[in-house]
Amino acid sequence: MSEQRSHIITAVVQHRPGVLQRVSGLFTRRGFNIDSITVGPSEKNGMARMTIISRGDEKVLEQITKQLNKIIEVIKVRDLDPQSTVLRELCLIKTHAPNEKSRSEIIQYANIFRGRIIDVSPYSLTIEITGTPDKIDALIDLLQSFGIQKIVRTGPTAISRGSKTI
Amino acid sequence: MKGSKAIIQSLADQGVDVVFGYPGGVLLPLYDEIYDSDLRHILVRHEQCAAHAADGFARASGKVGVCIGTSGPGATNLTTGIATAYMDSSPVVALAGQVATHLIGNDAFQEVDTLGITMPITKHSFQAMDPAEIPPMMKSAFYIASTGRPGPVVLDLPKDVQEAEFEYPETVEIELPGYRPTRKGNPRQIKRAADVIIKAKKPVILAGGGVIISGSSPELGKFSELIGAPVTTTLMGKGSFPEDHPLSLGMLGMHGRKVANFLIDDCDCLIAIGCRFSDRTTGDVTKFAPNAQIVHIDVDPAEIGKNVDVDLPLVGDAKTILVHLIKEIKNNRERTKKWVAHVKEFRSSCMPRLTFDDFPLKPQQVIKEISETVNDDTILTTDVGQNQMWMAHYFTSRIPRKFISSGGLGTMGFGFPAAMGAKVALPEEDVVAVCGDGGFLMVCQDLATVREYDIPVVVCVLDNRYLGMVAQWQKLFYEERISHTRLGEVPDFVKLAEAFGVNAYRAEKPGEVKETLNDAIKSGEPSLIDIIIDPHENLPMVPPGCGLTEMIGEYKVEREVPGEIPYREAAPEKRGD
Repeated sequence: MSEQRSHIITAVVQHRPGVLQRVSGLFTRRGFNIDSITVGPSEKNGMARMTIISRGDEKVLEQITKQLNKIIEVIKVRDLDPQSTVLRELCLIKTHAPNEKSRSEIIQYANIFRGRIIDVSPYSLTIEITGTPDKIDALIDLLQSFGIQKIVRTGPTAISRGSKTI
Repeated sequence: MKGSKAIIQSLADQGVDVVFGYPGGVLLPLYDEIYDSDLRHILVRHEQCAAHAADGFARASGKVGVCIGTSGPGATNLTTGIATAYMDSSPVVALAGQVATHLIGNDAFQEVDTLGITMPITKHSFQAMDPAEIPPMMKSAFYIASTGRPGPVVLDLPKDVQEAEFEYPETVEIELPGYRPTRKGNPRQIKRAADVIIKAKKPVILAGGGVIISGSSPELGKFSELIGAPVTTTLMGKGSFPEDHPLSLGMLGMHGRKVANFLIDDCDCLIAIGCRFSDRTTGDVTKFAPNAQIVHIDVDPAEIGKNVDVDLPLVGDAKTILVHLIKEIKNNRERTKKWVAHVKEFRSSCMPRLTFDDFPLKPQQVIKEISETVNDDTILTTDVGQNQMWMAHYFTSRIPRKFISSGGLGTMGFGFPAAMGAKVALPEEDVVAVCGDGGFLMVCQDLATVREYDIPVVVCVLDNRYLGMVAQWQKLFYEERISHTRLGEVPDFVKLAEAFGVNAYRAEKPGEVKETLNDAIKSGEPSLIDIIIDPHENLPMVPPGCGLTEMIGEYKVEREVPGEIPYREAAPEKRGD
């Protein structure tokens, strides 16, 4: 068995109802791991781009890409090389902030992580942060001590560096 | 034009002249249109039989089979047949009614999420939300179902869309940017494969259903003789190579022939064509063809390396690749001469014994009598279980598309409706369904269909009053605890058939199968033969989790008459399309 690792799979699909169900259904049916899946319109009219994060060895990855390619509405599938890929995730964190001290600490942490405060209430703060999943995990860790009320993450989306496109 | 009329028009455009269906509330507009059309509609008595009949039609003829079911239960009844077609790569288009668009999602009467339910068991599916979508969707459905690796396609047709008016286009354009069925093999890879094959001293060819689908039996025959390689087939590949040819090893696998299972173990090069290395074929994959370099030809890239690691993949249409390979390879017979001699000797030393004069009848004797009665063009369908494996193991198939069986899904109840579909496709050929009593009882209501439409198929019920295959496993692996596999004394199959107005016979002693089957075929009427067989006869098998050479059960052999085996031409031309 070769090594298990996390793979970033990007796919161009026809933007139609049911496509997401076909793709996610495939993962369930074939017993593939799926950590996250994001989808949105692409630069081409009528086409959407998906980013799927999945774990498995090379053999599993090969099956995933081949099986994805069999879906009629899937146009292209690529396994992105993590070395030459930019990966970003958006996360919204609502944290407990009952007093001035905690409030200023949280704002400082958010600044360090280049996050933004997007909502304030007497007892809470909401932070928006974009970055790699690692970076977001790190900020969440720091904020734990204040009491996190809610976390919303989009799951990573990815693009290859340079002029290459798929 | 109305949406419903567009469906009929699209079917006509695709050359469809017969469909198998069952009407219902939301299909009223479509059936009203069928009333006036030239389309031949065969009213089955259960939607599952419509799907199996369309599948049998497709497998026998190579053309797309069409079935129709209403929304809700109609569609769910179709699903077993759709899944059967999916597992065996059979081109079927299933038209399902759906509740009107404004009711979708409201849990309306007879509403079910047909697309959602069928997504994992179809090659593709469509839902028409506008009548203008019907012509391109129908055209796409037939194109997708029948090209590349074939498979079933579902069309979901809401009632209001069937009723809505639109302008039928003069030319129907389809756009499938994500669908590129691979055709030709990579020439460099083919050269590489040829290099491996000509170095082989002990090659074996494994032919799957893909050989039959691509119509490459003649090429397979040439190829086998060119390189001096014996041919074993999967269940789905049965008939792709004439099984009375001295280089034929018959079927391999769990209930395969000893000669096939042992030579796979021995070979140094395995050329697998159009097969998917199912667990029933390989046994324990880690012990499968341990000494062989594996060349795998398949039209579906996802099959390469899925179950078995392959040394040389060739993605493409089997026929095109075989033609190319034959060009690349000069005669290799010298190198494999010793191997071929060994194969012939080994083969004749373990031909399974067929002749038994026991009472009750041994299934081997039954298959022997069936073999002796039918001709090369007779289409044989099987059900699933012991009856299927007895046929697969003991029946000699010579021509593609003449042995039809549910391989992947293993659907009990498949044999009889598939025979009905095959007979509708090829009315000139004799069609015999070999079923078990359990499987046949699941679909026996469709005796009404074959009677009403005069579809003269012959059903041979191998009647042992057991779910024989499961009982065999209980005997072998569960301390003979026969849990719920004894079916009991009812029904009387002869009376059952007679109730439907179908000719009925009973065969109990050696010779009677031949006699009754002959009469039944000659009668030109739908017929049933209740064949009472020994319930204690088991099949030789490779236990689950074992390698192919670890077969258990007595392998009763009869040595062929020594001397030169009469030489027969390999693989006749593809028939039926």
